[in-house]
Amino acid sequence: MGKSLFEKVWEAHTVRRLSNGQTQLLIGTHLIHEVTSPQAFGMLRDLGLGVKFPHRTFATVDHIVPTDQRQEPFSDPLADGMIKELRRNARDFGITYFDLSSGRQGIVHVVGPEQGITQPGSTIACGDSHTATHGAFGAIAFGIGTTQVRDILATQTMALSKLKVRRIEVTGSLRPGVYAKDVILHLIKKLGANGGIGYAYEYGGEVFDRMSMEERMTVCNMSIEGGARCGYVNPDEKTYAYLKGRPYSPEGAAWDEAVARWKSFASDPDCAYDDHVIFRAEEIAPSVTWGISPDQGVFIGETIPHFEGLDAAAAASLQEALDYMKLSPGTPVKGIPVDVCFIGSCTNGRLSDFREVAARIRGTKVAPGVKAIAVPGSQIVDVLCRNEGIDRIFTEAGWEWREAGCSMCLAMNPDKLVGDQLCASSSNRNFKGRQGSPTGRTILMSPVMVAAAAIEGKVADAREVFDLATS
Amino acid sequence: MLPRIQQVIGRAVHVPGNDIDTDRIIPARFMKCVTFEGLGAYAFYDVRFQQDGNPRPHPMNAPERAGASILISGMNFGCGSSREHAPQALHRHGFRAVVAGSFAEIFFGNCTTLAIPCVTLAEADLAKLAAAVDADPSLEVTVDVEAREVRHGAQVFPAGIPTTAHDALVNGRWDPIGELLEGSSQVESTAASLPYMACP
Repeated sequence: MGKSLFEKVWEAHTVRRLSNGQTQLLIGTHLIHEVTSPQAFGMLRDLGLGVKFPHRTFATVDHIVPTDQRQEPFSDPLADGMIKELRRNARDFGITYFDLSSGRQGIVHVVGPEQGITQPGSTIACGDSHTATHGAFGAIAFGIGTTQVRDILATQTMALSKLKVRRIEVTGSLRPGVYAKDVILHLIKKLGANGGIGYAYEYGGEVFDRMSMEERMTVCNMSIEGGARCGYVNPDEKTYAYLKGRPYSPEGAAWDEAVARWKSFASDPDCAYDDHVIFRAEEIAPSVTWGISPDQGVFIGETIPHFEGLDAAAAASLQEALDYMKLSPGTPVKGIPVDVCFIGSCTNGRLSDFREVAARIRGTKVAPGVKAIAVPGSQIVDVLCRNEGIDRIFTEAGWEWREAGCSMCLAMNPDKLVGDQLCASSSNRNFKGRQGSPTGRTILMSPVMVAAAAIEGKVADAREVFDLATS
Repeated sequence: MLPRIQQVIGRAVHVPGNDIDTDRIIPARFMKCVTFEGLGAYAFYDVRFQQDGNPRPHPMNAPERAGASILISGMNFGCGSSREHAPQALHRHGFRAVVAGSFAEIFFGNCTTLAIPCVTLAEADLAKLAAAVDADPSLEVTVDVEAREVRHGAQVFPAGIPTTAHDALVNGRWDPIGELLEGSSQVESTAASLPYMACP
């Protein structure tokens, strides 16, 4: 019987069994940012501990950085204190730090892959739940809390219980106008926001095989929205082609050895999974959420569901979502007015996302009264977009083109919704208050669907707006 | 030796709902800090307070619930962001145990390393417990980690907690740092077997 990639990586990184039965797991690559690391460094100082392998931790600043005016000191003194603290910690402990002046700053889950730090067969952890993104490369990547950030800094390991593995296959071909984001939103809707608890998700089959690395990142990124702590795709030729020549990728003879090793981590064809589910690509249409949990979603042509017949607790949860969203059962999602449109985030803030939208919006205009912002996921994404003139296509269409950061995905910087504004967003969470206003509303969708909403001023079917069905 | 967490006994508050996420437990704007101090005041802030700071009707705002040390909620509690600020805020608010239908994994792990037991009840038992707590703010509830039970009066509900967390809590090993440090030489040999650990 063969083994899955998850099992192989787990075994290769197992240090020993701990007294409570958990595994002491080596975390080869540790990524840190300004929000969840300062307290961990504080704990190290309190305990008199150092960083065990400083060369295996990489830092950048993403959550709190302004995307318009980046002159320091930042106008928000709390944010300014956080970037200074990260700088101090990186310097004091000898950690590589991609600062604003590096040209390599960005959302930590965009920076890792584009630097070649994210590699197949590795273990990765970051104090950020979207760390699963790195699984697109066949890495096992965990989101962790701050105490575990401390554990990894001090020991390069963490205590963890082994996960089960669920293989999720999508067979067939996606229809025109259906994107990676639609696939993952559909999977979350079908499997539930808590369906992945206890599992690592292995995404496989024709649709994921055919996806680009950036599309695979979009899928793996939202594993956590399905309750799975990590998700991955087995490495293949696309993975190696993406990594070749990146700053932290192996070179020369070491490259060939690395590729051979990476290949050996892929799941064996005869491996057993703890669970296995199969979906048909043809069943998936452009998807949007309507509630306050990422599994509360429908296809664009559908209406907000009625919930007669549900048990009292489930009905109460749905009613709470609809009250918050100011929507009612039976309403078509197409046509819901939007106030703000946001393209960016670790889910959909990469070159291919902006390229795909730019190919559609040339010559269009953002609807009157709608604020539309595009936020590249990294300084490198920004430069690549500018080199192709993508930023100008956006600005000529009435979008604001910003500088790299997490921005309105979680609104820890000045980019926030106001009051009960409704945002068509390419990000990953529609939780209450997520985008910075305690009454702000979020509808999740693909970047091309966000662009369609920006033009129409309401939730729209991008296939109709951009004539995608025939393209 | 860390304190052994065998039981948590106290009054409870029921915050109903499924999929209560960590953004709701601690809104992101309160994470603009470099320590966890003071977070207790912001637990569930946006559902407890209006934007002008006046309180909204919320179970945690009821005066008779002040000092409650056990939080009761629904399914998939603590989903979303990995922010340890969420369990830190709950702990600093005074909660010492959480009882729910199920927990998101990262939140669960974060709580365990802070010595906050998270135990699950079957749906019907959870509803009974919540009703009893809702009806009587003075009700004393026992979360018996060691015996895997939640009790009030003569009522006893079997409670779920994975063996790893159970053993870590009741044996006073909930903070793993000491044991992880003890494995240092084995960590080095594991690292030496993985070529990428030598880079860059």
